[in-house]
Amino acid sequence: MSATKKNTIIKGKRKATIILHSGDFDKIMSAFITGNGFLAMGVPVTIFFTFWGLKALTKNGFKKAPLSKMNFFGLGRKMINSKMKKYNVADLDTLAKSFKQLGGRITACTMTMQLMGIKEKDLRTDLISDLGSVGAYCYESIDANITLFI
Amino acid sequence: MKETNPTVTVDCMGENCPMPLVKTREAIMKAKKGDVIKVVGDHPNSFDEIPMALNALGIKIIDQKKEADKWSIIFKV
Repeated sequence: MSATKKNTIIKGKRKATIILHSGDFDKIMSAFITGNGFLAMGVPVTIFFTFWGLKALTKNGFKKAPLSKMNFFGLGRKMINSKMKKYNVADLDTLAKSFKQLGGRITACTMTMQLMGIKEKDLRTDLISDLGSVGAYCYESIDANITLFI
Repeated sequence: MKETNPTVTVDCMGENCPMPLVKTREAIMKAKKGDVIKVVGDHPNSFDEIPMALNALGIKIIDQKKEADKWSIIFKV
């Protein structure tokens, strides 16, 4: 990692934070694609998974996530999956793994965990960096120059 | 060895958004100082967007070529 630091010239502090409120497949895709894009440019990223977004971060949650539009009881999702294969678009697991590999951080919302009865063991602990509530997001975002709500 | 001779090649042929950017960044993170990285791919936008990422990272491009069905970008870390 020291080589990375040496070779990375960051002019001025840059940081991105993303709130992922939605549990829709396409919106989770957007969060991870954008997150990976920022990381590729040397911008640190934290994604805060909350409400339906956190629900998608439970085990098998990515598989169950519906499309935000034209889901047609899962048929739309199946069609998108086959299109993704055809155009070699990375699936959610690949995007999430790349996000972690490039140093992206994921915070799981503890309040949502209580509301939805989600235990830490139910979550994708392989992806989560921290558990936190709104304070964690706000504190992280104070000096972020990019913040998105998805 | 010529400065443009790559020590690392990143194959992004057939990869779609955002993987060429991701693979380029992964290669930069793994690279040693002085490594010359060559990225090869065919995703059209990445030919413009990888240089944007390199610029954001403060890395200078040595060579950039576009052919009919593929492109290549060479840079030193």
